[in-house]
Amino acid sequence: MQEFFQQVVSGIAIGGIFASLALALVLIYNAMGLVNFAQGEMAMFATFVAYALINRGMSYWIALPITLVLAFGGGIAIQRLVIKPVERAPVLTLVIITLGLATLINGFAGFIFGYVPRSFPSPFSSDSVDVLGVFVSYRDLGVIAVSGLVLLGVYLLLQRTTVGLTMRAAAHHPEASRLLGVQVSWMLALGWGLASAVGAVSGIMVAPILLLEPNMMQSIIIYAFAAAVLGGIESPLGAVIGGLIVGITVNLAGAYLPGVGGDLQLAVGLAIIIAVLVLRPNGLFGRAAIRRV
Amino acid sequence: MSRLRGAPPRYWLVVIVVVFFLGFPTVITSFQASLWAQALILAIAIMGLNILVGYSGQLSLGHGAFMALGAYTSAILAHRYKMDYLLTIPIAALFTGLVGFLFGIPALRLSPLYLALATFALAVVTPSLIKRPDKLTGGVQGIILIQPDPPGIARDAFATVTGTPMTSDQWIYYISLACVLVLFWVAWNLVRHRPGRAMRALRDGEVAAAASGVNIAGFKTLAFGISAFYAGTAGSLFALATGFISPDAFPVSLSIQLLVGAVVGGLASIPGPLLGAIFAYFLPIESNQWVPSQSWIPDQIASTVKNAGPAVSYGVLLILIMIFAPNGLVGLARRGYELLQKRLRGTNDRETGQLPPDPQTV
Amino acid sequence: MGRIAPRLAAVAAFMVTLAACGGGTGSSAQTDVGVTSTSILLGNTIAQSGAAAAYGTIGNAELAYFTYINSQGGVNGRKINFKILDDAYNPAQTVPLTKQLVEQDQVFAMFSGLGTQAQTSVREYLNAKKVPQLFVATGATTFNKDFGSNQWTLGWQPPYQGEAHIYAKDVLANHANAKIGVLYQNDDYGQDYLKGLKDGLGDKSSMIVGSESYDVTAANTAAQLTKLKATGADTLFIFATPGFTIKSLVTVTLLHWEPAIYLNSVSNPQVYMGIAAKSGAANKNVTSVGYLKDPTDPQWANDEGMKLYKTVIANCATCKPEDGFNLYGVAVAYTMVDVLKQAGSNMTRANVMKIASSQLNETNPFALPGVKVQTTSSDHFPIMQEQVITWAGTGWKLQGSLIDERGTIK
Repeated sequence: MQEFFQQVVSGIAIGGIFASLALALVLIYNAMGLVNFAQGEMAMFATFVAYALINRGMSYWIALPITLVLAFGGGIAIQRLVIKPVERAPVLTLVIITLGLATLINGFAGFIFGYVPRSFPSPFSSDSVDVLGVFVSYRDLGVIAVSGLVLLGVYLLLQRTTVGLTMRAAAHHPEASRLLGVQVSWMLALGWGLASAVGAVSGIMVAPILLLEPNMMQSIIIYAFAAAVLGGIESPLGAVIGGLIVGITVNLAGAYLPGVGGDLQLAVGLAIIIAVLVLRPNGLFGRAAIRRV
Repeated sequence: MSRLRGAPPRYWLVVIVVVFFLGFPTVITSFQASLWAQALILAIAIMGLNILVGYSGQLSLGHGAFMALGAYTSAILAHRYKMDYLLTIPIAALFTGLVGFLFGIPALRLSPLYLALATFALAVVTPSLIKRPDKLTGGVQGIILIQPDPPGIARDAFATVTGTPMTSDQWIYYISLACVLVLFWVAWNLVRHRPGRAMRALRDGEVAAAASGVNIAGFKTLAFGISAFYAGTAGSLFALATGFISPDAFPVSLSIQLLVGAVVGGLASIPGPLLGAIFAYFLPIESNQWVPSQSWIPDQIASTVKNAGPAVSYGVLLILIMIFAPNGLVGLARRGYELLQKRLRGTNDRETGQLPPDPQTV
Repeated sequence: MGRIAPRLAAVAAFMVTLAACGGGTGSSAQTDVGVTSTSILLGNTIAQSGAAAAYGTIGNAELAYFTYINSQGGVNGRKINFKILDDAYNPAQTVPLTKQLVEQDQVFAMFSGLGTQAQTSVREYLNAKKVPQLFVATGATTFNKDFGSNQWTLGWQPPYQGEAHIYAKDVLANHANAKIGVLYQNDDYGQDYLKGLKDGLGDKSSMIVGSESYDVTAANTAAQLTKLKATGADTLFIFATPGFTIKSLVTVTLLHWEPAIYLNSVSNPQVYMGIAAKSGAANKNVTSVGYLKDPTDPQWANDEGMKLYKTVIANCATCKPEDGFNLYGVAVAYTMVDVLKQAGSNMTRANVMKIASSQLNETNPFALPGVKVQTTSSDHFPIMQEQVITWAGTGWKLQGSLIDERGTIK
């Protein structure tokens, strides 16, 4: 029984990692109805920037906000340079551009930093705490706690501030917003900046656990997609809950489902994506989209 | 004579291209022919993807998985059941087409974005799915395929033209070329006639198409099936041309390569997949080798391109093409041609049987 | 007429003598494809991008050694040119790149190709074309074992199964009642090690109470390790690539589990142990084997071989000297140069292959003292000795003496 609880807790732990990246994915979707295939790579690159700063002697607590600001700026820059020219283009063009961006950033990170895995500092202790015989590490708890904080911050921003309201309006009703004088394009840029910063937080939190290297996010991006889709691609809360559920499911499936074993955990992630999209496309917390004809 | 003069320049272009590819192996080395065979094989898969994405508006980032299915079907039949390889190609293609058709059924419910997501996940999972049933697929040991020697007639015919008998690589080139010619011709007919029109109708406006009596579900799944058929053929040929398949031969980058080729070549066009395949296949190779060897490129740029790897060049080029030439190379060619025509004649020729340049409305 | 004939006879005699000398035992220079009077061209395919790109530095380290040798005059007056191509660990790429090196670039031999699937994909081709596939950079046992059917292919490093035999011996000797749990990567790499372990334990293989595999696409190995801990295992084998090994070491500590741990040699470089420690691994009671000197081990600080390594690796701008992969690259390049030197003026593929597969008898300055790089006409496993090492908090300590596995794999 204890093993079972341990598996569940480990699932929650890895789920927190999925959730933190899924939050960034959801923010981009909220900003412009697009899934950004480059989100993981952008987060990884931001983490490398933090690594470079810390390596130069900067304290972790100074490097952290600087990195977030740089990530925010980077997100805006990418939107201005690469996304804006094709704003009105069909989904396919945008998807390809984000794929191109992902390839580019990954290759670039590899070129500059090399592929040897590195350790990354964490404000949390590397120990684990014993809760009734089940062990959970402080760093994993930290990831979940920080994701919760980010979620709260995002919620407050989007739902309780004018800026947030404007962003949401620009995303859902661009034409009407324009009529009201909203700079829709800059709102989109803001959305990208925000998502990029959230991604940077994710990267900085998970790098101590996953080890910092250019392919760091590739091992979890599919699971993060599954989490975002499961939770409802528009809902930040859904991203977090979705992440935890995906983590637990994947872990338990790997441990207990006969025939699945440890080999096909990713396939379980795929199965979740397909099952959700076919059975309940809006996920747990998403709103049903009404198609106007 | 007037008939010949009246025939649109396009038809002449096709003839020239076909003759060119037929004669090509006589002037390049056997090794280069093997590379071009791979590019042609990629063109088949990209044409399949094009039918799905360009003509029926469904987005797939997972066609590498269908290629893997075709490749392994052929390989298992040939290796384990000792079937003649050429016979396995249509079998693999049909089987993959069927699977694609079945896959198209749940895909009906997904919006383009979600379909992209689901198929992307499929592409990432493909190598581990292949590794699992290792009694059947050979697992990570892979399957070695014996490349057939060309039949006597072909060998001698080639020898009379070039002086050396045809090699295995060149024979495979011709098999691939034959498949390209047949499948491209089929695709061309498909889009000209009812299925093509139906698919384009539902791509451009599903509701209107449904109101006009187009069987949406039927054509969408049909498109998936046909598209998978093409990818399966390509996979089967791919296994033959490489001589070896294993799970890591079908990474997610293959699916992305296919999509890139389809888009860069030009969606919803017939020549697009061929151009796109040439681009997608040769760019990584050349950026890694050709660029550093050119003395007119400054050292800094050359070494950066080489060390940053094909990934960076690929990514940058992809973004630039999407921003500046979203209709791909074919789109660029068409625009250039139209500009030229305007200059020369002042009017646009409307050519029968050809598609007007379509805006991408996927 | 009288005076010409003797001269003709003299010239004829001279030429016959010349021909006789030339037809003798290789005193005339022989060359082959890829060899000119001033250079030898070697080809290589390795992953320098993509998921396995961390291995890519091996090619650069080998190039650094060849550059060093060239700066000392080369091999018998010939410089070594080394062409490295990136196959991104994808066997479908390895095939055309290898064909290019052989048919277009006309290399003399393929050297140190990396990756089991990748090198398997071109083995038949290279053997059919009679191009040496030398010293492949993988420990998959088949590359040494199947020499009989692939006489142009040769491995270099100790095969994974041989290494696992040594672990089995160590377990039987030091933990005779152990309950063994095995975590292994579900590919040729992990499966080869597991087979070796089972064979090595022989009829004691029931000591293995649990074995869990993982795929390289897994986010972590927590599920598998939790299961293994629940089996009550007190000894854990981790047959994983470096990234997963580090993460597994951390997970084991986080689970407050303290088994005796065995790591495989690919993942044991000190650098990785350091990363594991920083990430929270206790690294207690960890055993592995080694056959090369570790660049970060202070006991080799004044060692001649290590000093040579430091000199050589400075040739490579992107190589980190403390990375064990780089030492591997320099070590195997040393053997390659050794073979070429031995070939002397008979620089043909057949001769080089013969020397490499049956006449090697080398003391490699980068290997542990006592390791012999050796092949004979009946034994085509160049390196079969490894030494048990245990982790002592800041570095590996050599235990006992070299264990020889020669002859144990048929």
